[in-house]
Amino acid sequence: MSLDNTDVEKIAHLARVDIEPKDTPEYLKNITSILDLVDQMQSVNTEGVDPLSHPLDAVQRLRADDVTESNQRELLQTVAPAVEEGLFLVPKVID
Amino acid sequence: MEWEAVIGLEIHAQLATKTKIFSGASTAFGAQANTQACAIDLALPGTLPVFNKQALEMAVMFGTAIDAEIGKTSVFDRKNYFYPDSPKGYQTSQLFYPIVGQGELDINLQDGSTKRIGVTRAHLEEDAGKSLHEKFADMSGIDLNRAGTPLLEIVSDPDMRSAEEAVAYAKKIHSIVTSIGICDGNMAEGSFRVDCNVSVRYKGESEFGNRTETKNINSFRFIEKAIKGEIIRQIEILEDGGSITQETRLYDAEKDETRSMRSKEEANDYRYFPCPDLLPIVIEDEYIEKIRNNLPELPDARKQRFIEQYQLSNNDAATLSSNKDLAAYYENVAQDCNDNKLAANWMLGEFSKVLNQHDLSIEQSPVDAQGFALLLKRIKDDTISASGAKKVFEAMWNNEGNADQIIEAKGLKQVSDTGAIEAIVSEVIAKSDKQVQQYIAAEPEKRGKMLGFFMGQIMKASGGKANPGQVQSVLKPMLDAMCD
Amino acid sequence: MFSKTIAQLSQGLQNGDFSSREITQEYLNRIASVDGQFNSYISITADQAMAQAETADQMIASGKAAPMTGVPIAHKDIFCTKGVRTSAGSKMLDNFISPYNATIIEKFNAIGSVSLGKTNMDEFAMGSSNENSYYGPAINPWGENRVPGGSSGGSAVAVAAQLAAGATGTDTGGSIRQPCALTNLSGIKPTYGRVSRFGMIAFASSLDQAGPMTKTAEDAAMMLNVMAGFDPKDSTSAEKPTSDYTASLNQPLKGLKIGLPKEFFSEDLNPQIAAKIQAALKEYQALGAELKEISLPNTALSIPAYYIIAPAEASSNLSRFDGVKFGHRCENPQNIEDMYKRSRGEGFGHEVKRRILVGTYALSEGFYDAYYKKAQQIRRLIQQDYINALEEVDVIMGPTTPQPAFKIGEKTSDPIDMYMEDIYTLSLNLAGLPGMSIPCGQADDLPIGLQIIGNYFAEERLLNVAHMFQQATDWHKTTAPGL
Repeated sequence: MSLDNTDVEKIAHLARVDIEPKDTPEYLKNITSILDLVDQMQSVNTEGVDPLSHPLDAVQRLRADDVTESNQRELLQTVAPAVEEGLFLVPKVID
Repeated sequence: MEWEAVIGLEIHAQLATKTKIFSGASTAFGAQANTQACAIDLALPGTLPVFNKQALEMAVMFGTAIDAEIGKTSVFDRKNYFYPDSPKGYQTSQLFYPIVGQGELDINLQDGSTKRIGVTRAHLEEDAGKSLHEKFADMSGIDLNRAGTPLLEIVSDPDMRSAEEAVAYAKKIHSIVTSIGICDGNMAEGSFRVDCNVSVRYKGESEFGNRTETKNINSFRFIEKAIKGEIIRQIEILEDGGSITQETRLYDAEKDETRSMRSKEEANDYRYFPCPDLLPIVIEDEYIEKIRNNLPELPDARKQRFIEQYQLSNNDAATLSSNKDLAAYYENVAQDCNDNKLAANWMLGEFSKVLNQHDLSIEQSPVDAQGFALLLKRIKDDTISASGAKKVFEAMWNNEGNADQIIEAKGLKQVSDTGAIEAIVSEVIAKSDKQVQQYIAAEPEKRGKMLGFFMGQIMKASGGKANPGQVQSVLKPMLDAMCD
Repeated sequence: MFSKTIAQLSQGLQNGDFSSREITQEYLNRIASVDGQFNSYISITADQAMAQAETADQMIASGKAAPMTGVPIAHKDIFCTKGVRTSAGSKMLDNFISPYNATIIEKFNAIGSVSLGKTNMDEFAMGSSNENSYYGPAINPWGENRVPGGSSGGSAVAVAAQLAAGATGTDTGGSIRQPCALTNLSGIKPTYGRVSRFGMIAFASSLDQAGPMTKTAEDAAMMLNVMAGFDPKDSTSAEKPTSDYTASLNQPLKGLKIGLPKEFFSEDLNPQIAAKIQAALKEYQALGAELKEISLPNTALSIPAYYIIAPAEASSNLSRFDGVKFGHRCENPQNIEDMYKRSRGEGFGHEVKRRILVGTYALSEGFYDAYYKKAQQIRRLIQQDYINALEEVDVIMGPTTPQPAFKIGEKTSDPIDMYMEDIYTLSLNLAGLPGMSIPCGQADDLPIGLQIIGNYFAEERLLNVAHMFQQATDWHKTTAPGL
């Protein structure tokens, strides 16, 4: 699969990462070489092999439905870029 | 050619857990902004999810309630997208292996018939926060209290063909989730939200047309209006030779129309993959059966019981059993006043009317079941007349006291003393010479209809207090005696 | 003092030879005077360290001390530490003062160990040289202009340059073992799920695992005793009970079956490294172990599988850095999209962006099956290779890295070249198995690591195998020139 600069821009948009136009060819080159490396996988027959998402064969543990967290708004919002009246502020979102 | 609508609903029911699906923060409604958003809900770096046992149990309860296949191994996936009310940049959901698979249920239509509707699946996921757009000039404010509230997304098959069917289906799901206690069903607070997928095609066609999805409708009335409007809009476009754009739309209740959501127009690529922070949920048959056996009474069973136990008509039983709180209220009232029919008539009549006028649900009623039953008892024992009862009920609604106190205070007690009634009847007859002459002149079979005038006058003269039954039993013999 | 192991410091503290305050102050003095040349710390937390030392001294005086009480160590800047900047080596979190503690920080706090500061690392743990840090590279004390490896490069340098008695690290594809190999340290990546990931900033959730980086295997066992254990806050944490990892350090190795994967000893392996590994194996034979050639046929596939799975998970894990709740936000965003793109574009470095893009692509519509699903299938084949091999042998040995520490800048132009550095370490993370690296000699005066791989939850055995080697050899005692 060969990518071009437009593909890189599309992926960057999907990932919401600003990439300077001057850097796009370098990213394209790097990503292409990574994808070439990764394409080794395509030669392996994996038919019928169950994908492995977790290394341990464990199952989800369940938490009791008890309130364990108290209001920490003041502390947690000390790291927020912009806050007013307890709300996180962002540029206006238009639905 | 005749058009046919094809409708499928996606319903988001907030599960009535005490805490979030993946954190121990409270889910109580109405708290101050971000006071119930803990480090995990805010997706602070390094935080991890742990799944709420109660959310699992509630999802399985729903699955058993609609006799669905239960996913013995279900998996959480990440749905990746950027939006400020989605703190992790993905929503944890279930795409590939949902907790509830194919099931079905019967909906009750207004003509008394039922129709079977398929439920494709129901999966667990987390709710997003809220964006407040009006509060600040150029900024939106983000409140993440709701972020992480457990949702069960219930997806129907595209089996509905009209707005009426869609509403009946939504009501049925509402009735089930509230009856088994997994959702408070409060639509105004967003606990039960409906997305409507609508397309139209010529009747008899097997292919589906392009569909639109109208999101987040929060009342049954709006579901009906939004779907009806959308069907008309689509048919008009197609008849004008246009085509339907597959898109997300928003229902504007004020304008009663749907409109395209521009922000969602861009084709999304959600990059679903299994969430590596959560492990597969594996449940045993034993667990499922235990839940199935302990399931509270379902609406269909309750309706059947109401027909048998309270001798109600199919329609009355269907309405009174549809809502868990309404059903419980009815049962309390019926048993307390010892008159099933009277209780049903009043609850479906005057009581429902007043609730609707005030836009209140049964549990918000200022009159409790016991107090209401007392009112009905007073009707039953002839202390008050039906019209007097309405006055009493109105006063009870305004918290003026219990039925007896109000009857006393307003002097609404019926006059049932035969002597007193005879006196009033005689007085009215004496003053109504013209009508008495007409009565005498009339054919005997037409005289019955003429009693209304006298009844009205007598009730008026008695200040509404005369017992109408007794008045009748005195009035007719007196008049008839004058005819001889 | 600075050459003392954790075990020796622990003994000295218990004996009252010195107080925690004394040694903490000495370490802080040394950091202040020499870390300028090593750049091993991102943040030095002198005040907290002295306060912790005081608490530790009280615990020791009142007989409530644990073995690690009062020992000054350092934490990789990936573990959230309340009230302290936790940057993950990124501009994105340069202003992030964590409002909570990672579970392992809580555990070290509870037993009164002292944290000197937060160590340098490749941004979001992505890298094998520590050159991807927003705070500049950490410098390997073993050679002028040599990288210390990565991503836990700062932790490796802090211990190797005697700026902390031990340090925590994390290992997603080799990030504990490779820097240990390059700086002559002993380090263990435990079984996936053995150490809690809560509060450890995620790179690739199904691969990440924290572990200790120390001068000796015994020290690693002592630190792991604090770190390991079930954590109800981490769904992927193993509920299995832990052992006392120091309990069987001295168990004789007679009859130990060592598997040697032929794929780890190919012609590509640096001959000097091959020779040192062979010498180490001879030593093990002398200790009574038996050698057996085995095969891990899918080893070569671990690189492609890893470079899909890790970026895919990372692309999603790093979406929370959006400038809304914490972290870098660009100046004067025009709209929400502009805010996302510029905040993330400015906050992340090149390698992080590269991996986000690769991961995003691998998960995007139409490519999921060919990339992500395929990689997860290959992951199972790799795991099965190990399961089969470990039925025949007790441990597997081989080199940790294909070559010793390389020069700063040597591999920065080609990411693939850098990725090859992890050829021997990645497969373990894919399989979730525990692995160690211990010193086994030098090539051109640069340290070489021997990798020891064990079965699931066999950390106790691995540490025993490593410790017995260190009882018989002195490689681990060699310090960098000039120390």
